[in-house]
Amino acid sequence: MPEIIKNKTVVSDDWNVLRLVEGETAETVTVPQGRVIVPLKVWQAQGEALKARAEIGVWLASDERPEELKGQLDSFKVVAVDFPKFADGRGYSIAYNLRARLGYTGELRAIGDVLRDQLFYMQRVGFDAFAVRADKNIHDAVKGLTDFSEKYQTSWDEKNPLFRRVKRETAQTAD
Amino acid sequence: MYRYDQYDHLIVKERVAQYRDQVRRRLSDELAEDEFRILRLQNGLYLQRHAYMLRIAIPYGMLASKQLRKFAEIAVKYDRGYGHFTTRQNIQFNWIKLEESPEILEQLASVEMHAIQTSGNCIRNTTSDELAGVAADEIVDPRPYAELIREWSTFHPEFAYLPRKFKIAISGAAEDRAATAVHDIGLHVIKNEAGEVGFRVLVGGGMGRTPILGSVIRDFLPWKHAMSYLEAILRVYNQYGRRDNMYKARIKILVKAIGPEEFARQVEEEWAQIKDGPSTLTEEELQRVAKFFTDPAYETLPAVDAAYERLKAEDRGFANWIKRNVKAHKKAGYAAVVLSLKKPGVPPGDITADQMNFVADLADKYSFGELRVTHEQNLVLADVKQSELYALWQAAKSHGLATPNIGLLTDIICCPGGDFCSLANAKSIPIAQAIAEKFENIDFQHDIGDIELNISGCINACGHHHVGNIGILGVDKDGSEWYQVSLGGAQGNESSIGKIIGPSFSATQMPTVIDRLLQVYVQQRTEEERFIDTVRRIGVTPFKEFVYATPIRSAEYVAGEDANA
Repeated sequence: MPEIIKNKTVVSDDWNVLRLVEGETAETVTVPQGRVIVPLKVWQAQGEALKARAEIGVWLASDERPEELKGQLDSFKVVAVDFPKFADGRGYSIAYNLRARLGYTGELRAIGDVLRDQLFYMQRVGFDAFAVRADKNIHDAVKGLTDFSEKYQTSWDEKNPLFRRVKRETAQTAD
Repeated sequence: MYRYDQYDHLIVKERVAQYRDQVRRRLSDELAEDEFRILRLQNGLYLQRHAYMLRIAIPYGMLASKQLRKFAEIAVKYDRGYGHFTTRQNIQFNWIKLEESPEILEQLASVEMHAIQTSGNCIRNTTSDELAGVAADEIVDPRPYAELIREWSTFHPEFAYLPRKFKIAISGAAEDRAATAVHDIGLHVIKNEAGEVGFRVLVGGGMGRTPILGSVIRDFLPWKHAMSYLEAILRVYNQYGRRDNMYKARIKILVKAIGPEEFARQVEEEWAQIKDGPSTLTEEELQRVAKFFTDPAYETLPAVDAAYERLKAEDRGFANWIKRNVKAHKKAGYAAVVLSLKKPGVPPGDITADQMNFVADLADKYSFGELRVTHEQNLVLADVKQSELYALWQAAKSHGLATPNIGLLTDIICCPGGDFCSLANAKSIPIAQAIAEKFENIDFQHDIGDIELNISGCINACGHHHVGNIGILGVDKDGSEWYQVSLGGAQGNESSIGKIIGPSFSATQMPTVIDRLLQVYVQQRTEEERFIDTVRRIGVTPFKEFVYATPIRSAEYVAGEDANA
């Protein structure tokens, strides 16, 4: 079974990400049985039928808006954000907005071009699950979550900036 | 100046370890070059024409003598004995080996320096006024705010993969010496009518392919809200900045497309959600940082030193240097001294390891062990006693650092260009050198007076050609190098973008082109007019007509690549 990183450890995972291929449309594509994470457009086109399922997930492309899911987030066991390329940083703001603005508290999974060296940032903005790109060693990637032990600024993971959390030295006590 | 505490040390140390492991994984092929490239760029490591180039951040241009000595050590041990100061107050080493780069970072960390976010599509080194804290025209010292921005922007998790690079400049004086109008965000530290400190916020300035001056999106932002407001700007940009075309990805294109008013509205809307939250700065935090930027132990001195006045009257060379390279200081009996890195024959901004060590000694002896890097690629000793200027001048002269040309024709801003940079369309250093050699006569330069000549080897405009009174841009035409000339650009309080005068020229024609432009100025100027004033008054046409009136021979010698190798 495929593995993902969840809550900082490598675990088995049986969710399938549905991606439309050439010729398929959101309206007509058949969503397979079982645990499926569907594209936002499929959710919007077939939501009525999909809502009946006990376990359904949705994913956002990097050019889609998280507000589209406003009021519907309770329907999902997992919400995923796709990184078409790891250098496409829109997913970071999407994740932050899902958490901070839309109040999503369930599993937030990074999918697509998900690599070790971005995991630290991803977890900071609110991701708690990472489907590391299949050709990479996931046990190596998990180390990326602990690259840093301190941070200056706030994000989803850290509600207070460093200066509100610790007593920092000033010029008089510095050498 | 700012000193690291345990947290700064920890974060930089962990960065070095992270980067060291990234290099290891690249060398063992666990990381593909495509994956590694973006990681190394976020650490200032570029692959250039001949080798790797490492760009090291000099936060808001402040440098301690110990740090400069470390640069000298790096130049000797890992490079070819010199470094290059850039227009964004960084230093670059051009001959770096990938395998040695983690070790260099470790060396830098030992003197509280790093190369974090000096390249890549992230928030870059925040630049500032080289006279911050000492300028006679200062309203508020911008350095504490610059340091707070440095900390906030370092490894900001949400804004590490922006549509494009992002540059912030901050100025707190009456005269803008930080080129704030051509930055993604320009901040002016000001006081409102009630005497409270805050920022005028400009967004969307920039150079490159589409030069635009920044638009004011907020007239007064109380200082406590600096971080949340920056966060709001960055969040809007990260979501809506274009990512389909790298030439249209800077924030200026977004601001231009939707208009500054609409952009401001979106920022305010975003800001409303986070305003007054935990990111709000506290008086205590400001004081913690501000205490690093208090005045050094100035002596009480007379405003005028008699011996200094006498030497100035007797020695014309000294007087020339004072006139151009010495700046007013807020403290009586002190002055700020610009050490010129624009000696004709030397690539602008270049400095040898010997000179670095020498300047570090000068800083220790004459200026409380600190110095600053300017965006015009010179160095500043900010706190020199008037009575010691003569001795300093003689010492600087002996090491080729006292060319009295600050703000003059040969104080050229110039990018590394085609000799080093793989982005360049044309060489820029040989053009600067040919011009500097043609107009080396210092009396002539003093007669021409204030003028900004800026040269970029490509449209990325690292040499700020758009805001040069005379701007030169290297272009590629059918595989050969040509130079496009623009006129009327300016930085500072009256920033403007230059206008192209016509068809481009070959490298060997350029000194004559400059000569003809200057001839028009000399003929047309009124007594008080600087070059830029004349251009503004009479327009580009008289210059253009004279430059193109008769053909220009292309036979004059221009220093080639080998001359700089």
